[in-house]
Amino acid sequence: MSTSNAYYIPHKATWPVLATAGLLTTLVGFANYLNGSSIGSTLMIAGLTIFIIMIAGWFTLQATESESGMYNHGVGVSYRMGMMWFIFSEIMFFAVFFGTLWYTRNLSVPWLGGEGAKAATNELLWSGFSAVWPTNGPGNVGGHFEPMGAFGLPLLNTLLLLTSGVTCTWAHHGLIAKKRTQLIQGLIATVALGFLFVLCQAFEYHEAYTEMGLTLGSGIYGSTFFMLTGFHGFHVCVGAIILSVVLFRSAKGHFTPENHFAFEAAAWYWHFVDVVWLGLFIFVYLM
Amino acid sequence: MKKTKQLFVGVMLATIGLQTAQADYTLNLMQGVTKVSNDIYDLHMLILWVCVFIGIAVFGTMFYSMYHHRKSRGHQAANFHENTTVEIIWTIIPTIILVAMAIPATKTMIELDNVQNSDMSIKVTGKQWYWDYDYLGTGVHFESHLDAASEKAHRDGSDPHTVPHYLLNVDNPLVVPVGKKIRFVFTAADVIHSWWVPDLGWKKDANPGFINEAWTQVDKAGTYRGQCTELCGRDHGFMPIVVIAMEQPDYEKWLASTLAKQEEKADLSDLSREQLMTKGSAVYMTNCVACHQIDGAGAPGDYPALRGSAKVNGGIDPLIGFLQAGTSKMPSFAKLKDNELAAVITYIRNAPELGNKVGDEIQPKAITPVYDDE
Amino acid sequence: MSAVTAEHGHDDHAHGPEKGWLRWIITTNHKDIGTLYLLFALAMFFVGGSMAMIIRAELFEPGMQFVDPKFFNSMTTMHALVMVFGAVMPAFVGLANWMIPMMIGAPDMALPRMNNMSFWMLVAGILLIASTLFMEGGAPAGGWTLYPPLVLQTGKALPFAIFAVHLLGVSSIMGAINIVATILNMRAPAMTLMKMPLFVWTWLITGFLLIAIMPVFAGSVTMLLTDKFFHTSFFDAAGGGDPVLYQHIFWFFGHPEVYVMILPTFGVASTIIPVFARKPLFGYSSMVYATASIAFLSFIVWAHHMFTVGLPISGELYFMYATMLIAIPTGVKVFNWTATMWKGAMTFETPMLFSISFVVLFTLGGFTGLMMSVAPVDFQYHDTYFIVAHFHYTLVPASVFILMAAGYYWMPKWTGHMYNEKIGQLHFWLSAISVNVLFFPQHFLGLAGMPRRIPDYAIQFADWNMVSSIGGFIFGASQLLFLWIVIDTIKGGTGEKVSDEVWEDAHKHGLEWTLPSPVPYHTFTTPPSVIPCDHG
Ligand code: HEA
Ligand code: HEA
Ligand code: HEC
Ligand code: CUA
Ligand SMILES: [Cu+2]
Repeated sequence: MSTSNAYYIPHKATWPVLATAGLLTTLVGFANYLNGSSIGSTLMIAGLTIFIIMIAGWFTLQATESESGMYNHGVGVSYRMGMMWFIFSEIMFFAVFFGTLWYTRNLSVPWLGGEGAKAATNELLWSGFSAVWPTNGPGNVGGHFEPMGAFGLPLLNTLLLLTSGVTCTWAHHGLIAKKRTQLIQGLIATVALGFLFVLCQAFEYHEAYTEMGLTLGSGIYGSTFFMLTGFHGFHVCVGAIILSVVLFRSAKGHFTPENHFAFEAAAWYWHFVDVVWLGLFIFVYLM
Repeated sequence: MKKTKQLFVGVMLATIGLQTAQADYTLNLMQGVTKVSNDIYDLHMLILWVCVFIGIAVFGTMFYSMYHHRKSRGHQAANFHENTTVEIIWTIIPTIILVAMAIPATKTMIELDNVQNSDMSIKVTGKQWYWDYDYLGTGVHFESHLDAASEKAHRDGSDPHTVPHYLLNVDNPLVVPVGKKIRFVFTAADVIHSWWVPDLGWKKDANPGFINEAWTQVDKAGTYRGQCTELCGRDHGFMPIVVIAMEQPDYEKWLASTLAKQEEKADLSDLSREQLMTKGSAVYMTNCVACHQIDGAGAPGDYPALRGSAKVNGGIDPLIGFLQAGTSKMPSFAKLKDNELAAVITYIRNAPELGNKVGDEIQPKAITPVYDDE
Repeated sequence: MSAVTAEHGHDDHAHGPEKGWLRWIITTNHKDIGTLYLLFALAMFFVGGSMAMIIRAELFEPGMQFVDPKFFNSMTTMHALVMVFGAVMPAFVGLANWMIPMMIGAPDMALPRMNNMSFWMLVAGILLIASTLFMEGGAPAGGWTLYPPLVLQTGKALPFAIFAVHLLGVSSIMGAINIVATILNMRAPAMTLMKMPLFVWTWLITGFLLIAIMPVFAGSVTMLLTDKFFHTSFFDAAGGGDPVLYQHIFWFFGHPEVYVMILPTFGVASTIIPVFARKPLFGYSSMVYATASIAFLSFIVWAHHMFTVGLPISGELYFMYATMLIAIPTGVKVFNWTATMWKGAMTFETPMLFSISFVVLFTLGGFTGLMMSVAPVDFQYHDTYFIVAHFHYTLVPASVFILMAAGYYWMPKWTGHMYNEKIGQLHFWLSAISVNVLFFPQHFLGLAGMPRRIPDYAIQFADWNMVSSIGGFIFGASQLLFLWIVIDTIKGGTGEKVSDEVWEDAHKHGLEWTLPSPVPYHTFTTPPSVIPCDHG
């Protein structure tokens, strides 16, 4: 219908409103759930259902439009920019939690322990507490816990994710070289490694909760540990789901060496998730 | 436009200035009574004048242009749109001005920060919604609440103009000696508060779980008033500060008498019903009214009503226990002396303004320590 | 004259608008979405303004008159949230939607579907936050800064408010990404970066700010959520956290946030003033660099909101110096505007009046900002009405006035009808005078020692509060004139036929004036080849 050199302007967008409705319902449900109201979980399920339908519908629409050649080069650039800036916003989101970790390790915990500019804090309010990391604070919040070591599952997970970064790039090479089997195998490997990572992390959490006494409630160590790794894990899931969609589309024969924005976006996202993990491994586990 | 504005403000200033006979009325920053507060005042005036001066220059130019370079006066538009020299000049001049301002500001900042070599320390704890003062090392320790007259006036709607120092008066003021370097350490029990007495020249936040330090040296005896300046909930507007600076001998007398009063054992002899109710009402106004309100109606969703409450109107011992222990949402009142507790319980069970009428009275001796704070 | 025509009726894309109300829900047209944003923002201005009227009524005289102290705090909190996130920010996004494609010669926004979504997410966010007014325990009452531990005492409203912030964040990020992508990718080939109107430049930079800060705000409130419901200790000393940490994160967002509300303002002023001075903008490139410097500096000055929280002295000094620096690029802007007017041939239609008063009153607000940046003196000013005066000067007679100016300036282009100039002028004079009666006395109050966020005050503050309230009521009532004008102009205005360029020689200043008035539903389906560039 449209000439391929004009910038494609879609009309009659129904998915965005549905997306909003889904998200709003989910959040209202979650808020109600947190407030202990019984309709909370029902609303959440309803909202998520709408949301999943929306995602499926919207992705399908984009895929069909893309495959029917409606997107010219300009549209592709806009999508790439959109994705890049979106990833930048995600970086800022993670920066908050890394910043929190930095602040608590280098400022608030030492202050509570009587070091630096606020030594009187320790003397008058928390005498007897000395600043060491990891800590659950002078109030010993959440009781005794064992910190998470770096060289068991976390190291394995690092290897898993790094490998998945490689397989993802390998798949990309396959796509560019028009080797569809390589593309598909690479993607399968990437997705599989991603889910394996999540599985390992689930084990890790399970062990933390049941055997190490380490929970979200274990003072600032538990808080930062689970917040950072949890949000990261969530991003791995999202990335793996997006990659699965890309895999599915590749299997259907979508994407050309010139035109494969969806693949690129998913790959960028995956690498971003990878890099965040490296940061986590260093700052949360190693240091 | 600016003229109109000036005229307007001028006229208003004049009319209102005239009818305002209040002595403590100011338009400008207070100069205060410490060296630091005077330094700050000078800095304030310096920047103010710099701004006024730049303002006159910029707005003057602009209004000149608006008047002379109007189309209606037949002015033809010029076509320039760049001039590197002027642009450099008007970048450099402000920079110089800023540096000139930063130097005295840095000096004052460093002076303010130096809490070393103090003569005494007072620990200030902000609580919802009163201050708690602890003279470190002397044993003097008391709470400072909004005074009863203001408390009553703002709650029952009577005319604030009839209350002396409306909202700026407390039951127990902070007393300090003049000419001594006093170090304050601030913290809070619940949420963040901020301790501000303008005459001392600064405010400092009281953060729960941390200590902030500040110091002052008051050179002039007198009474200085201030308020909590960090939003701390419903009654943030109702937790004033009063500092009385006294000559050293007076201060020592005050210290001794406060200590003596503090160590006095509560008088546990029986009280008449009227005595219980009067005392109970006072205790209620200081300790309970902030949450349960003057008519005992509480605040739906936050604080339960005492009016008609089963707990209030039920058995005495559970009530005593409840008040002494507190809950996660209501503070413990183990700090009340037995006679105060007896009085307030009698009061909440029987006060017509709270709508309860159990008809009994509780004597101080009936209070048994269910929960002990110490 | 104009190399651009908007005749493209046979083009396949150029559907007219959808019929009926559905048009407004599923639209992807930048003009429709711009209109939605602007009308929504106007509505929210009235909602937030009504809350301000409740505040001013309670503060009319000492003593508690109308509302409960906690409800008063809710009003303060909600007033600010609604004004900031519901009125001023969306209004600028609305202007961006309407004007940026037309200013750079683009057919539409880069990501039209996402454009629609960011609008509806905004509505969802505001609905969610507004719904808290009706909840058990009341709306959030901890101030718009949502400081813990106080905000954690909020009742049922807390998770709703937090999720509302998430939705508003998502909406702003999507809106900003769209704007940035549009500006970088959709310009007509001849529209080089240094030919872009300043409004576009300021939005490019603002877009970047938004993408960088909204996730930070989202992160900070997420930690509030987990502290309240999932036992974390981010802001609790007992567990090793620190309530002040929240303030650092909040202001890392919050300070750039206030520039989000002022940079596009600068852009609009730089667009309007040259037109009515009949002169090119003075110092175009220094304006661009100044904007970029302000944006950069905005990331490294956040703790000037926290001078009294007990920062180590090195921190106090650093943040003081860094903050003072902002006066330099901002000064460049003020001087440039003055130089633009200098030796012009000025006329004073309503948009120009609002723009001039913006320059004057914003500078006033900037001066008080500079005063507060001096840390030891801020020990006195902090959390008093002096601050309230400062930021209302930078927000009301600056941001809001410029939004009014933009409305008057572009409404003829949007609707094809001329607004009623007499009423416009009346609106201006009433607003400009009353806004000063409203906010100027607040300086005196603050200096005399009146803290902010209090529902009742000591007797010595009574007079100026009454003056301020009276000013507030007049200012509020005057805004009804604006409402009237908007409705009247949409319905036909003065009936006068407006020309394409509306303002004398406006076509020299911007592409939008080369388009017909009212603008057709689709513009620039083929990019224009000639770019008016009146800035050197
Ligand atoms: C649009 C909004 C906006 C803008 C533009 C500004 C601009 C500035 N603000 Fe403001 N500010 C707010 C909105 C804004 N602010 C808000 C909302 C708050 C309170 C939040 C809250 O607590 O709820 C606040 C609070 C606030 C504080 C915290 C006060 C406190 O809580 O104790 C400080 C302190 O430094 C500050 C400083 C400044 C400075 C230095 C500027 C500068 O950008 C101003 C620069 C401009 C000029 C200086 C004028 C023009 C310059 C010249 C003519 C050149 C020559 C001049 C000289 C060399 C003097 N602001
Ligand atoms: C863009 C932001 C913005 C805008 C536009 C405004 C606009 C106004 N603000 Fe706002 N305000 C803030 C942002 C803003 N404010 C912020 C961030 C705070 C800090 C909050 C905090 O401390 O947490 C604050 C706090 C604040 C306070 C301090 C409250 C306190 O500390 O307790 C006051 C008090 O006077 C006030 C007043 C006003 C008034 C009178 C207007 C007026 O300009 C509004 C005018 C508009 C109308 C009135 C609506 C239109 C008219 C009608 C609806 C018709 C009906 C009217 C009548 C019958 C009169 N504001
Ligand atoms: C800081 C707020 C606050 C103060 C001050 C306060 N209360 Fe309470 N009060 C509460 C809250 C909150 C509850 C509900 C407790 C709960 O459910 O855990 C409560 C509950 C009660 C109850 C039980 C009511 C019922 O029906 O369940 C009584 C009785 C009571 N308070 C009496 C008092 C007295 C007497 C004082 C003063 C000496 C006082 N309170 C001071 C907040 C307060
Ligand atoms: Cu205590 Cu405000
Ligand atoms: Cu700021």
